[in-house]
Order: sequence, then C-alpha cells, then structure tokens
Amino acid sequence: MKKQAKFAVGISVIVVSLACLAWLGYGESKTYYHTIAELQSLRGAELSHRMRVGGTVAAGSIRRFTGRVDFVLEGEGKSLPVSYVGSDPLPDTFVDKSQALVEGRPTDGRFVAEVVQAKCASKYEAAPGGTVATSSTATR
Amino acid sequence: MDVFGSFALILAFVCAVYAFGGGIAAIITRHPLLVKSTRQAGIATCCLIFIATFSLEYLFFSDNFSAAYVVAHSNRALATFYKVAALWAGQEGSLLFWSFLLSIYVFSVLVAYRNKNGELMPYVGVILAGVQIFFLTLNNFVASPFKALAVPGANGAMDLVARADGNGLTPLLQYPEMVIHPPNLYSGYTGFTIPFAFALAALLARYPGEKWIHLTRKWTMIAWCFQTAGILLGAHWAYAVLGWGGYWGWDPVENASLLPWLTGTAFLHSVMMQEKRGMMKVWNVWLVFSTFILCILGTFLTRSGVVSSVHAFAQSSIGSWFVGFLMVIFTVCLVAYLKNRDYLKSENQLDAIVSRESSFLFNNLILLVSCIAVLSGTLFPVLSEAVAGSKINVGAPFFNKVNIPIGLFLLFLTGVGPLLAWRKTSVESLKRNFAGPLIIGLVAGAVLFALGCREIYSLICFSLCFFVTATIFMEFYRGAKVIRVRSHASYLTSAIELTMRNTRRYGGYIVHMGMVLVFIGLAGAAFNQNVQKEMQPGSSMQLGKYKLVLQSFDSKPEANYTGLRLNVEVFVNNKPLMMLYPERRIFETNGETGTMVAIYSTLREDLYVVYAGQSPDTKLPVIHAYLNPLVKWIWFGGVIVVFGTLVALLPNRRAVLVLSGAKQPAPEPLVHGMTPSVTYREGRD
Repeated sequence: MKKQAKFAVGISVIVVSLACLAWLGYGESKTYYHTIAELQSLRGAELSHRMRVGGTVAAGSIRRFTGRVDFVLEGEGKSLPVSYVGSDPLPDTFVDKSQALVEGRPTDGRFVAEVVQAKCASKYEAAPGGTVATSSTATR
Repeated sequence: MDVFGSFALILAFVCAVYAFGGGIAAIITRHPLLVKSTRQAGIATCCLIFIATFSLEYLFFSDNFSAAYVVAHSNRALATFYKVAALWAGQEGSLLFWSFLLSIYVFSVLVAYRNKNGELMPYVGVILAGVQIFFLTLNNFVASPFKALAVPGANGAMDLVARADGNGLTPLLQYPEMVIHPPNLYSGYTGFTIPFAFALAALLARYPGEKWIHLTRKWTMIAWCFQTAGILLGAHWAYAVLGWGGYWGWDPVENASLLPWLTGTAFLHSVMMQEKRGMMKVWNVWLVFSTFILCILGTFLTRSGVVSSVHAFAQSSIGSWFVGFLMVIFTVCLVAYLKNRDYLKSENQLDAIVSRESSFLFNNLILLVSCIAVLSGTLFPVLSEAVAGSKINVGAPFFNKVNIPIGLFLLFLTGVGPLLAWRKTSVESLKRNFAGPLIIGLVAGAVLFALGCREIYSLICFSLCFFVTATIFMEFYRGAKVIRVRSHASYLTSAIELTMRNTRRYGGYIVHMGMVLVFIGLAGAAFNQNVQKEMQPGSSMQLGKYKLVLQSFDSKPEANYTGLRLNVEVFVNNKPLMMLYPERRIFETNGETGTMVAIYSTLREDLYVVYAGQSPDTKLPVIHAYLNPLVKWIWFGGVIVVFGTLVALLPNRRAVLVLSGAKQPAPEPLVHGMTPSVTYREGRD
C-alpha cells in the first residue's frame, strides 16, 4: 500500500497548491456584474467592488476629452453617466447606440470605467432589413 | 439554387434519420441488407450536405441578394476570397459549415472501413448519424441558411424581396486569417467526433480493447492537429488585427477552444498506457467522452451568448438546443459506461512512482485540473448567479495564476516522461539519462539570472525549455548513433532514418520540440513594454532601442473602405531601419472601423505599432507602440508542432537488413534464426 500512499500524497500536493493559486487569482480578478437599476440600490461594501455594468450608449452622449471619455449608458429605462479613464483607445465598435459593457467602480454618482467593451449596434434579424450581427471588440 | 440547397438539406436529414434508426435495427437483427443500406444512407447524408454547402457558396458567388444570409454577410464589392469565407460569417452558415466538415470525416470513415471492423462499424455509424441528426435539425428547422429575404407587406403577409446589394462582411473579419482560422478550428472540433464515436461504439459492442484505440489514433491526431492550428491561428489573428497588443485574453470563446484541446492532449498521451500495459482504460474512455462533450459545449458557449464575450454571435434561443443535446450525450455516455464497466478493468497496476506510467498519470491529472480550472472560470458568471444570485466574472489573473504553474509542470513532464522506463526506473538509469540535460537546464537558468532576468516564472520556464530540448536532442542523437553504425551515413541522415522507422515516437518528439518553442514565446510576455503618445509629423517616441518618427499621414480610398495611414519611420541607434504603416480603415457599407497593426517581427522581439485614434482636442494621431519579446517563437513553434504531427501520421518505414555480397545457392531456404527484415525497437518504447 505504500506506493498508493505516495501517489495520493503527490496528487494531493498538486491539487491543493493549484486550488490555493486559484483562490488567490479569483480574489484578484473577481468582478461583479450589475444592471444600471441595481447600481442605485447597492449599499456599503458592495459599492467599492470592481464591477461590470452593461447598457446601450445613448445617442449623442459621447464626449471626448484629454485622458477621459464621457458618455451615458442607458438600460431598462435608467441612465448612468460614465467616465472612461483607461489608457487604451476605445474599441472601433464603440459608437452611438452600441451595446457596451463597462468595468470599473461607481464614484460620486458617476461610474468610473477602466475597461470598455462594445458590441456591434445591430442584431441579426431574419426578416425585415436583414442587418448584420457580429463580433465586438474590447480595450484591455 | 436556394430551394435546391434547402431541399438537399432536408433530404440529408431524412437519410440521417434512416442511418440512425435503420442502423440500430441493423445492430439488433444483423441483417446484411440493413447493415449495407444504413451505411450507404450515412454516405448519402454526407454527400447531400456537401451539395447543400456548395449551393450556399454558389449563392454568394452569384451575388444572390434574395437570400437573407447572403444579404447579411456579403456585397458586390467583396473580394472573392472573402465571399468564400462569408459562408461561415454568421450563425446559420457556420452551423452548416460545421455539418459540412463533420460530413467529410464521417464520409471518410464510412468509406475507409466499409469492408473492415464489421463488428464495430454499425455502432459507429449509428453514433455518427445521431450527431449529424442534431446538427441537421439545427440546419433545417432552427437556423436555416437558405431563408429568403422578406419584409412585412401591405396586407400583413411577408413579401419576398431582393436587394440590389448586401450589407457586406464585417470589417474585423476581412483579414486573410478569417479564411483559415475557422476551417482549422472547426475541423478540430468536428474531428473529435470520430474517436468519440469509436470509443462509445467499442464500449457498447464490448469490442476488444486496444483495437479501437489503434483504429482511431490517426483520426485523433488529425483532429488534434487542426485544433492546435486553429487555436494558434486565432491567437495570431487577435494579435495582428485587434490591436490590443496581446494574443490571448482568456475570453470565453478562446477558452472554449482550449478545453477540448486539454483533454484531447491528455487522451492522445494516455492511450499509450492502454496500448502498452492495458491500463487507464476508464480514464481514456472518459477523456475522449469529455473531449467531445467539451467540443459541443464550446460551440454552445460561442453561440448562445450565455457568457459575455467579444466573439459573441447574436443572442438567440439556440442555446437550449445545445443544452438538450449535451444532456443526451452525457446520459448516453454515463449509461454505456455503467453497463459495461467491467469491460474496462485494468490489466496491470501502477508499480512505482518513478515510472513512465506515473508520468502519464500526472500528465492526465494536470491537464484535467487545468481543464476544470478554465471551465470553472469561464462558467463562473453562470455558476455564481445560480448559487449566490450575483453574476461574478473572473479574469486573466485567475487563469494565469493557475495555468502558468500547470504549464511549467507539463513542460517538466515533457522532458522527463519519455526517458522514464515502463514499470520502474532505476537510479542508474535516472542518472544516465538526466544528468546532462539537468545540468544544461540549471546552467541556462543561472546564465539568464546573471544577465538580469529576475522574473521567477520566466527563469523556470527557460531552464525547463533548455532541459527538455537537451533530452529531445539526446534521444535523436542516441538513436541516430546506432543507425550510423550500420549505415555509415551522416548524423542528419541517420536521424531522419530513425524518425521514419518510428514516426509516432520521433514525430512526437518533434511536436514536443515545437511546444518548447511555443513556451519560450509565451515566456517573453513577462517582459512586454508599451508606450502611447500623441504625435505630429516630425515628432518621435522611444521604445526600447527603437525610435519611431511620424513622417506623414495620408488617406487612401480603396474598393470598399478608406484607409487612414500613418507613415512611421523606425530608427535604431539613429540609423533608419524601415518604414511601418499602421492603418485605420473606415468601411463604407456600415461605417465601421478596423485597425491594421504594423508589426516588425524578429526572433528577439516584435515592434508592434497601432494607429490608436485621434486625440479628441487636437485631432492629431495617437500612436500606441508595444515591444513584445519572443512572440515570433510562438508562431514558429506552432508550425513545428503541425509538422511533427504530420510526421507522426506517416506510416513507419520498415528497415531491411541487407545481406552483402555472397551469392546464395538457389533453393536453399534462409537460415532459421536470421530475419530478413528488422524493425528498430528500443526496450523503452
């Protein structure tokens, strides 16, 4: 039975150490997802979590400044002013009415985003129009 | 043509149903007419799918804008090159493309084995037909690529229309790699259906263990080769086109392609255990089942939108179909396993921890752990929402923290495994085989440390790469030396002869060498640098040893886009090196923009320059430049991996011992103990 024990020990060491690393990695990168409506009802510690919020970019709301891009995200009837402060350029698909996913933290009534992902505005519909639904791009 | 195509598809569905139902009847009754007709129905299914696919392509080539799918993904101005690729640009067409590639495999298997393996093939045929029925159901009833374009008419009914021109292909997809990445990746995904079908068939038929493994080895290697190529091409595409400076983001769709690769790699190695020692049978069966299930899961993740991804197709209800199919497959596999468990009993036990068996066991374990980690991380939003009510995402830090140590351990096993003996390795053997490579690895690590490298994972990685390279070279050297004794040829010729006599083993070593190169490339990422700056003509930026000067910028109209190009001159030590032309393209049809990265790639590093956009206040171009060391090694390594797999697929050349000179008296038979042909066998194989 001794060799069985050796294998068991070896396997456990590997699995346990990887589990520890996984736990650490999880802690470093976990990001909550909330809708705009949910944001307003968050309290206390939850507000300081890194989170993702999705919505549609309100038409005409994109304003570009040096080091910052402001826009308004709309969803389920609510709107959220966002400031993108990341260093990477915004993706090519980030235009009026595109679906966007922002990642960052809510601060003083605005949402400060470090990452912005945007999907192409139109969805594929079989019958009228027949426009394209495709890939989206993201800043990293 | 679209009516023709959709008719072919529905006929294919009917044939597949017959191949499935009749096939089951054939297994039960063993009536030769049933066996033959169901096999032919299976072949017919494939041919009809080919016809349907060609019909859809014809619609693209003939600019038929009365078909909704063509309107959505093509236009008159689109290059022919991309009209071919537009077939797989959207949901419906890519599902048909999946059926098409699967049919190539099914056709080949049914035809190649039509007169062989009579006990097994009826089962295989039924399983393959079952998979095809699922995809044909989607092709015909859920996501038909042949839908005609129609708009609601005056009286509420739908009126057929034909557009003058289509919407064109999405700019991001108008890149040569678009034409080769999906076919390679899909060929990998669909290819794993074949070993799955054989494994399940063998289990159900209780077919002699190793025969099915031997049969499916080549198919598994082909599928694995395509999957590897597909993954690397996807990474290269992301690197060269998206402009974020990286090649792997642990995006759900990227992970979806990696998961079956992990279990597929484990399976490819683990089968050797079953072949040589009759062990790991349960592992192997579940590894191949998992690989297939992960392929279907992969396409489910990509298409259903259940996890948000940059690659997501349109949100649709197609996800539920895949979930249903996955449940059916899993149930069938589980029932088959439970009923036939005793057939999978091991013939031998693990003898010692320092043995080739144990290295395979650890190989399986580590790849499986990686697979579980990546799967959990990818599905975390879904799991956390179900369990805790809030959607939580995990990102690159999680995946990297777990997978980097796993990758390093795998690298270690790659060097050690082939040199361990079956059953138990003696200490002398360990010393003889590993002393040299170990010293080389440690010296390499020490040298790099002395040169200033302080990243611990990179140091370990480079040391291991040297270690593994040394073990591989040692294997070739030793084998070539023995052949040289007889043939007196050069080392190189002997090494080639050696490889050709045992293509599986030495082709495998070539694949390992390729993976080592890939790891060297991956290790470079720890040293990436980047700089972003707003530039006007004449200004410069410094990155590493390169100075970039913006000379001018211009705008160039092309067939279906306008190119905004920057002319950047690169200097090294104040001497002009070359010009780079990072570009942004604005596409006419839908106003979208695309980024064309300018890359100067050397073995040492990539200088990667992106036209990031225009500064909002000054309207001046913003350039984002990256210095990515060693990236070229990844692509080069990938080529070696593919080459190695092709070598391993070749049949062995049998060595012939040539009797020299002396004339043999005519009728005398060969002396009893002398074999006229010799295959080179080493005790360790």
